Amino acid sequence: MASSHAFWEDALYIFLVAVTVAMTVLIFATVAVFATKYRRRHGREATQIEGSLLLEIGWTVIPLGIMMLMFVGGALLYFHMRTPPRDAAEVYVVAKQWMWKLEHAEGQMELNELHVPVDRNVRLIMTSQDVIHSFFVPAFRVKMDVVPGRYTTMWFRATKTGTYHLFCAQFCGTMHSGMIGQVVVMDPKDYQAWMSGGPVTGSLAENGQKLFQQFGCSTCHRSDVQGRGPALVGLFGKPVQLQDGRTVTADEDYIRESIVNSQAKIVSGFQPIMPVFQGQISDEQLNALVAYVKSLSQAPAGQAGTPELKSAGTQSQSPQ
Amino acid sequence: MEIPNSGERKNYLNAEYGIRSWLFTTDHKRIAMLYLLSITLFFFIGGFAALLIRLELLTPGGDLLTADAYNKAFTTHGQIMVFFFLIPSIPAVLGNFLIPMMVGAKDLAFPRINLISWYIYIAAGILYIHCLVTGGVDTGWTFYPTFSTEFSNTKVIEAGLAIFISGFSSILTGLNFVVTVHRMRAPGLTWSRLPLFVWSHYATSIIMLLGTPVIAITLVLVVLERALNLGIFDPTRGGDPVLFQHLFWFYSHPAVYIMILPSMAVISEIVPCFSRKRVFGYSFVAISSIAIAAIGFLVWAHHMFVAGISLYSAIVFSFLSFLVAVPSAVKIFNWTATMYKGSVSFATPMLYAFGFIGLFTIGGLTGLFLATLGTDVHLHDTYFVIAHFHYVMVGGAIMGYLGGIHFWWPKISGRMYPEAWGRLAALIVFIGFNLTFFPQFILGYLGMPRRYWQYPPEYQVLNVLSTAGATILAVGYLLPLVYLLWSLRYGAPAEDNPWKATGLEWTTSSPPPTFNFDETPVVTEEAYAYDKMPLPEEVTLER
Repeated sequence: MASSHAFWEDALYIFLVAVTVAMTVLIFATVAVFATKYRRRHGREATQIEGSLLLEIGWTVIPLGIMMLMFVGGALLYFHMRTPPRDAAEVYVVAKQWMWKLEHAEGQMELNELHVPVDRNVRLIMTSQDVIHSFFVPAFRVKMDVVPGRYTTMWFRATKTGTYHLFCAQFCGTMHSGMIGQVVVMDPKDYQAWMSGGPVTGSLAENGQKLFQQFGCSTCHRSDVQGRGPALVGLFGKPVQLQDGRTVTADEDYIRESIVNSQAKIVSGFQPIMPVFQGQISDEQLNALVAYVKSLSQAPAGQAGTPELKSAGTQSQSPQ
Repeated sequence: MEIPNSGERKNYLNAEYGIRSWLFTTDHKRIAMLYLLSITLFFFIGGFAALLIRLELLTPGGDLLTADAYNKAFTTHGQIMVFFFLIPSIPAVLGNFLIPMMVGAKDLAFPRINLISWYIYIAAGILYIHCLVTGGVDTGWTFYPTFSTEFSNTKVIEAGLAIFISGFSSILTGLNFVVTVHRMRAPGLTWSRLPLFVWSHYATSIIMLLGTPVIAITLVLVVLERALNLGIFDPTRGGDPVLFQHLFWFYSHPAVYIMILPSMAVISEIVPCFSRKRVFGYSFVAISSIAIAAIGFLVWAHHMFVAGISLYSAIVFSFLSFLVAVPSAVKIFNWTATMYKGSVSFATPMLYAFGFIGLFTIGGLTGLFLATLGTDVHLHDTYFVIAHFHYVMVGGAIMGYLGGIHFWWPKISGRMYPEAWGRLAALIVFIGFNLTFFPQFILGYLGMPRRYWQYPPEYQVLNVLSTAGATILAVGYLLPLVYLLWSLRYGAPAEDNPWKATGLEWTTSSPPPTFNFDETPVVTEEAYAYDKMPLPEEVTLER
């Protein structure tokens, strides 16, 4: 049980194995008994039987009932796996043929290795530069495809220190089987030591802030006055009213899409004047920008960003 | 092909001689034989690719093949086995041969279209073989973009077109069956008297007709995207690679039922015959085929639970996937119950039926692990999935196919196969199959991903077991090839109805005359009226 999901996954798995073994034994035994007891002998004829409505209903309803237990158990676990806790440490993953590039929110970068502290929720925000990959840690019982052009996310809480396989599970070309790495689960103390070692040029959000200036984002997306673009302070996680009447939640994928393909979703009350950054910006830079925009919603109380949080939120939501 | 000359009576085999009489035939039985030859060829090509895969996986390192060659081997294995063997197998051979006879007709509704469908299949096959010998393709049988559309350096367009073309063969076969079953049934042959073989093929044909056009369009999109950079699946042009997966599985999940329903059709004939009983719950077995075809179209996204689809659609598709398991379970229970108080023989076809029931039970139950969301997250894209679908497609579909070939061999060839060899081969196939694929369930649970050329050494023991099993399985598949060919010349001449089976195909001679019946048969009773049939002499067992 190397992760918090693993216990429940294994419990469910054992239930399914038990049902499978029971049903298989039942069928095999019945076939064996019928085949030997009623095997062809001289002087005995088969007894013709039409069928039995009661039996038909029974062997429709009972298996369905057992399967509904599997369905509910599986759906609950899946719901849990797809609902990340709010306090999770975040790691951005960029996959490419045939390697994993990982960047912690604090700025540490890794290749084909992921260091995480034990007993801490970790959330991965993943994208691919080329083809579809899949981030698979068998010991944690977690897997999620990593798709170009969007973010997919997954989370886990490692419960035992150690080193575990990281596999690419979606066929991605020649060296698919070489796209492997490891997840190192460490004691909090060791993890702190690991985090403080190595060169780090600022957190992901700090780097994002620099890019925000560098790409000129700040001229339109202003935090002091209403600019030509929607204000971004307090945006993350909030619903956004679009020009076409839809409402979407400002999650990582929405922010990413709004940068690379700014025309895809126009916020109500704004003009589609933002340039498209597709091809102008790397996945790593995008991650930094997304991390920065997210950080604008996590400003501690009393800081400059806070008063605007509410007004910015209502501003972007109220259509003209 | 060696043609046994049964002497006095003209039959479909000796009615005419010469290669032209075969290549221009419109006789459904001769076309079935053309299909039998061609799919057998593809089966052994696909099997050879499987052998390469298993040999490579004998050791953790990549030593026998290069990474690219390995990727091409599993792609070839998958594409040939699915599109050039399993999909045409039972329908185009046994269905083609038997459905007109089972409904009491002279031929299928459209005999020329039937011949065209074989030529289309052959054209597709030649194109695929050409693709193979001039470089091959490495996308996996699933063609997922953006790998297939932008990154693969292999012959994706040619392979895609070959499979696109082969689809038309499948559509035409399905069309022919549907029209034949509706329009050409003999007097008195009501729907409730139809053999279950026909019911099951009718359900299969509906899937062929409705599903195949979708994969055709999808493959055309891949080809166009690759050739012209359309951007349908390319996210940098506003496309969506996951859209492909929806389109692909919309056909390819129902395609699983194209492969398994005909096998269920065969089992539904064998079990009553070798139990000397009417099938238990006829109408439930018949309706369950239709239910599988209908619900089968609504479960495709269970291949995509970790592909980034929404949480709620995943839950809906999980629920629907459980529903489709019910009619399959109903069939298993009914076949088992058919043996109750029967007179059960252990002839070769029945051994395959036992094998089918056992292996399909395991294949079906392990499918539940993949319909269950929480467990699928871990098992998806591992060897567990490989084991599961081989239990269904090899343990199920091929067991049924071999059982059917043996059961109707006397009718097809006019000769009996050697019974002892038949039973031995069935046993070897069963043992070899389980040794090959059971270890893969464990490998998958332990986390070994599919399509891996190299793997961490801790997985080696189970891989060695699997490879050992594959060699036994290969022997099991080669044996019938040898003794069935042998029987064409040396087998005992078959009676018209050696098994004393019900069904109109057994009322005509073995092999049947070109137009099947001298007079149009009239049906006056239900299928499987085994109480009116005597026991067969020569297959009555010891004592």
